[in-house]
Amino acid sequence: MLLSALYLAQEQAGYLTPAAIERVAQRLGLSPGQVYSVASFYSLFRIEPVGRYVIQVCKGLSCYLCGGAEKVADYISAKLGIRPGETTPDGRITLELVECLASCGTAPAMRINDQLYENLTLDAIDLALERLLEGGEHG
Amino acid sequence: MAEWEPVLLANVHRPNSEKIGTYLAHGGYQALRKALSMSPEAVVAEVKASGLRGRGGAGFPTGVKWGFLPPDAPVKYLAVNTDEGEPGTFKDRLIVERDPHAILEGVIIAAYAIGAHRAFVYIRGEFFLGVKRWIKAIADAYQHGFLGKDILGSGFDLDVSVHRGAGAYICGEETAMLESLEGKRGQPRLKPPYPAQVGLWGRPTIVQNVETLANVPHIILRGAAWYASIGTEQSKGPKIFCVSGHVNRPGNYELPLGTPLREIIEKYAGGVRYGRHIKAVIPGGVSTPMLTARQIDVPMAFETLAAAGSALGTGAVIVMDETTDMVEVARRITDFFVHESCGACVPCRLGGFRMLERLEAIARGRGRPDDLAKLESLARGISGLTFCPLGTGMCEPVLSGLALYRDEFVARLNTAAKR
Repeated sequence: MLLSALYLAQEQAGYLTPAAIERVAQRLGLSPGQVYSVASFYSLFRIEPVGRYVIQVCKGLSCYLCGGAEKVADYISAKLGIRPGETTPDGRITLELVECLASCGTAPAMRINDQLYENLTLDAIDLALERLLEGGEHG
Repeated sequence: MAEWEPVLLANVHRPNSEKIGTYLAHGGYQALRKALSMSPEAVVAEVKASGLRGRGGAGFPTGVKWGFLPPDAPVKYLAVNTDEGEPGTFKDRLIVERDPHAILEGVIIAAYAIGAHRAFVYIRGEFFLGVKRWIKAIADAYQHGFLGKDILGSGFDLDVSVHRGAGAYICGEETAMLESLEGKRGQPRLKPPYPAQVGLWGRPTIVQNVETLANVPHIILRGAAWYASIGTEQSKGPKIFCVSGHVNRPGNYELPLGTPLREIIEKYAGGVRYGRHIKAVIPGGVSTPMLTARQIDVPMAFETLAAAGSALGTGAVIVMDETTDMVEVARRITDFFVHESCGACVPCRLGGFRMLERLEAIARGRGRPDDLAKLESLARGISGLTFCPLGTGMCEPVLSGLALYRDEFVARLNTAAKR
């Protein structure tokens, strides 16, 4: 129940604001501390604001072996001028390196919001970024 | 041996494979009808006799686990583990996305066998498509009378719901998954009591991986004797092997347990890329010890991999060629486990971090002469001494990497450094 509530709350502002945590706690009869404790345990719950688009580059072993991971992140970093963990100054795009996306058979992989990109090539990355920068929809 | 005709992956490549109509057109839910005509005890006995062992990593005999439930418990639960997160593993995602009814049929049969009227599906939060496919499959199953009250006129009731995880590898561990299902931090529970005695909200609960459940309809339909005729002495049935890394054709390959690792890599995955040679293979996901090129004739079965000093794990085969930097492999895997440690117990939380510090130093050429001994001493202080198996899993790649490729680690040490 709490995890579902946190997902719903997170949809409002894109991250869990202190007010959202307070509200979830109230509705479920928990203390804000209890809710924060759970929210901070899980990597998909965000306590800090993120961009409208979150690019998650897989840093798993198989992606690394197939020329992905940091190589993909570095390429995107150079294009966007942000490092992993950072958001573009306009607040649109966040870049992250994340653990295995279970796409090892189609490595290298990354995800933009809820869309998975597999068998990545530099061309494919360029295309995905172009669509983002033009304001195309991604989930 | 004749070419293996896929059973678990028979449907995944059909068009609209995820739809209930496709599943039904290819014999779907026939096993459920048969199971409902049997007694629950007979279903348990059939699964026990088949020799099916859990496919989530631990390999516990499934029918035996079902037999552990207290028979007189008024409420029992089935929890379905779709929290696939072991790096190198991508089989559960495939089945859930492409053939969810194959698992759901197994879920219903398993629930009937153990007398559970509620099943909880836990799925990795990142599996967006998988969540949709699970929900749709369950809704369609209700419509067809495979779920809900009085399933197919049998008098058996079952409700199934889907619950998203939120990004925590540890929730693949069964008791951490139960904590997460209860809306808590996903920290493992002390065992015993095992979930079969005290599980979800204190009720006796059977937790099964989705690949395990996908085997169940085939066991019921074709019989335990057929199933037990596949595989080796202690490892029965077909298994999905996830092959990734430096191979020509990475992917999921369903083969009988006991298939030699060499055959999986060379015949099915097309051998090593660019005509290179194997340096190391991780046979069962990153928490299983590495094997060298000289060990790849090992049959992929629980007992044979254990004898080779490794484990079948999830069946995730990661192939590394001669160009692979083994220090970086150990560093990267350790980085993963340190990130995914739940932080509850000291050896894992702190020991893992200390191992990572040493590995990062070595990878940067700043390792000190005694760092390898230090790593081994840290691993000895973690392996087998943590609350859950994550700590032990964390040490395997480091210890096996150091044992098998020590020269590479030594070559990277800064011998001029002083302590």
